[in-house]
Amino acid sequence: MNIHEYQAKEILRKYGVSTLKGFVAETADKAVEAAKAIGGGIFVVKAQIHAGGRGKGGGVKIAKSTDEVRDLAKKMLGMTLITHQTGPEGKQVNKVYIEAGCNIKKEYYVAVLLDRKTGRTIVMASAEGGVEIEEVAEKHPEKIHRVVVDPAVGLQAFQARQLAFAVGLKDKVAAKAAKFFMGLYKAYEECDCSIAEINPLVETAEGDVIALDAKMNFDSNALFRHPEIVELRDLTEEDPAEVEASKFDLAFIKLDGNIGCLVNGAGLAMSTMDIIKLHGGSPANFLDVGGGANKEKVTNAFKIILKDPNVKGIFVNIFGGIMKCDIIAEGVIAASKEIGLKVPLVVRLEGTNVDLGKKILAESGLNIIPANDLTDGAQKIVNAVKGK
Amino acid sequence: MAIMINKNTKVICQGFTGAQGTFHSEQAVAYGTKMVGGVTPGKGGTLHIGLPVFDTVAEAKEKTGANASVIYVPPPFAADAIMEAVDAELDLVVCITEGIPVLDMVKVRRFMEGKKTRLVGPNCPGVITPGECKIGIMPGHIHKPGRIGVLSRSGTLTYEAVGQLTKLGYGQSTCVGIGGDPVNGTNFIDVLEMYNADKDTDAVIMIGEIGGTAEVDAAEYIRREFKKPVTAFIAGSTAPKGKRMGHAGAIITGGKETAEAKFEALRSAGCSIAKSPADLGTTMIASLKK
Repeated sequence: MNIHEYQAKEILRKYGVSTLKGFVAETADKAVEAAKAIGGGIFVVKAQIHAGGRGKGGGVKIAKSTDEVRDLAKKMLGMTLITHQTGPEGKQVNKVYIEAGCNIKKEYYVAVLLDRKTGRTIVMASAEGGVEIEEVAEKHPEKIHRVVVDPAVGLQAFQARQLAFAVGLKDKVAAKAAKFFMGLYKAYEECDCSIAEINPLVETAEGDVIALDAKMNFDSNALFRHPEIVELRDLTEEDPAEVEASKFDLAFIKLDGNIGCLVNGAGLAMSTMDIIKLHGGSPANFLDVGGGANKEKVTNAFKIILKDPNVKGIFVNIFGGIMKCDIIAEGVIAASKEIGLKVPLVVRLEGTNVDLGKKILAESGLNIIPANDLTDGAQKIVNAVKGK
Repeated sequence: MAIMINKNTKVICQGFTGAQGTFHSEQAVAYGTKMVGGVTPGKGGTLHIGLPVFDTVAEAKEKTGANASVIYVPPPFAADAIMEAVDAELDLVVCITEGIPVLDMVKVRRFMEGKKTRLVGPNCPGVITPGECKIGIMPGHIHKPGRIGVLSRSGTLTYEAVGQLTKLGYGQSTCVGIGGDPVNGTNFIDVLEMYNADKDTDAVIMIGEIGGTAEVDAAEYIRREFKKPVTAFIAGSTAPKGKRMGHAGAIITGGKETAEAKFEALRSAGCSIAKSPADLGTTMIASLKK
């Protein structure tokens, strides 16, 4: 789960991570009020969307007066911001964050994240801040410094100092950076983050160390123990179909093709997309109904798939293990009848009670195209949406 | 011989009296697995589906001589259940539970350092040695005893491979689902090492997916040391970057984590590549005849 920059900064402040003074605003008037409360003569107006690259896309602007804050906020609110992370359709800006300006001396990068190879949390820092860290990792891996955290004791002060010195900070500024890293790690750990990233982290002319931007993503598996974080979820940032699917405990990702997929199991669901592509079609979604799919789940899954006007056909691919094929067949029939399915439907069943399942489908009187195996199913649905 | 488990493996179930634990324990007994009891704290001393229930794993081990455990405990309590089984020094713990917080698994891995127990999973279908022992949620009847190892991060995709092999007349030595989470107990290389040493495994089907670099590491191991034919498939060629595709671990965050990069690593390590998930069985058989 993702949150906005302003929300991440609110959390980080509680952990002693230094940020600039700032307030979120949903109207131009509120933005001006925020600027007045901040005081001083330089403000930064920042579009709040769940995507990086906002600066280049025109979502971060400097204002030298409260009037300018008003103008910029007016322009930004409601605009569709396109960055390299939003995709070509962009994201609508509903909120802006008004923040105090600062005297940047140098930009750095720091992040806390999981290292899958070791199964440990690492803290990663670089003197190359404000740029895409992936690029740095590729071209200058020696410029990225890492410490591995022992989960039994957490990040130690000496490790935080090591990182601060490694990126070239000195004296009191290094001490401030080390304290910053400790706070960031603590926030990551206590909030069950999947990443806590500060890019850029800045050293100011006055010798302060400040989070200029902040990104926090959270482990969905751990949200059950963080109701306060769940409240920060901004549904307007997510695809409506994905939000709907999450209500029914369906793993669903919208794609841009025209063949809807309904599959059990994440690996098989991905492979189903792959095999559709292999046979010249294009998947409209990833959908894993999970192990315990029943009529209700299948019906809801169908409804969500069919909300996408691009969908010209549906491929149901089930390998019934614990889930019996006859139960799935009944679910598919009931769901098709309830919805009044008008697009071609190809069903491939395999596994437990497969013959009974196929018989039920064949005798249903519905226009269901049966498939014998994965390849057969993929070919049939690709042909069906092409009108062959 | 097979790997990890056989007809002599004695299994207990943690989360025994819950709906999942009950259903799958019954299935395991029906398959012929030596289920010797289960653990549900607070229900010790009772009987469940004809088997003794214990309060702790240590007690269950002492009274039944169990050497393996299967866990169906809900996510908030699953890490604790794994550590209890590790503390009781069982040889093998298979954790089926999906949805364990990642940082809980980071702690579990730390806890397991220097201990004797092997953990398979979490978020996996389990391990089966066909005809001998089934630990997990896979449908037993699609399997057939034989000499092909099947190793995978995914559940139903493993069944797909097994189903194809069985239909083509090829049985399996042991099938291992290592699970779809980013931090797990057993990785591809651990299992490949066992297959390499197992005289009853002739060849291996390995199924990976997007996210992480475990398949790339496995490819390097295969190139260097693995002596048997490997057929490989990676799920997620069409998956978009940055989206979690069902499994917590199936998310592309960098260039090395794509299906394309993994296919390439495995191909250059000498594996036979199944271009389609429907060709796992036929590609495997072709590799045997090489």
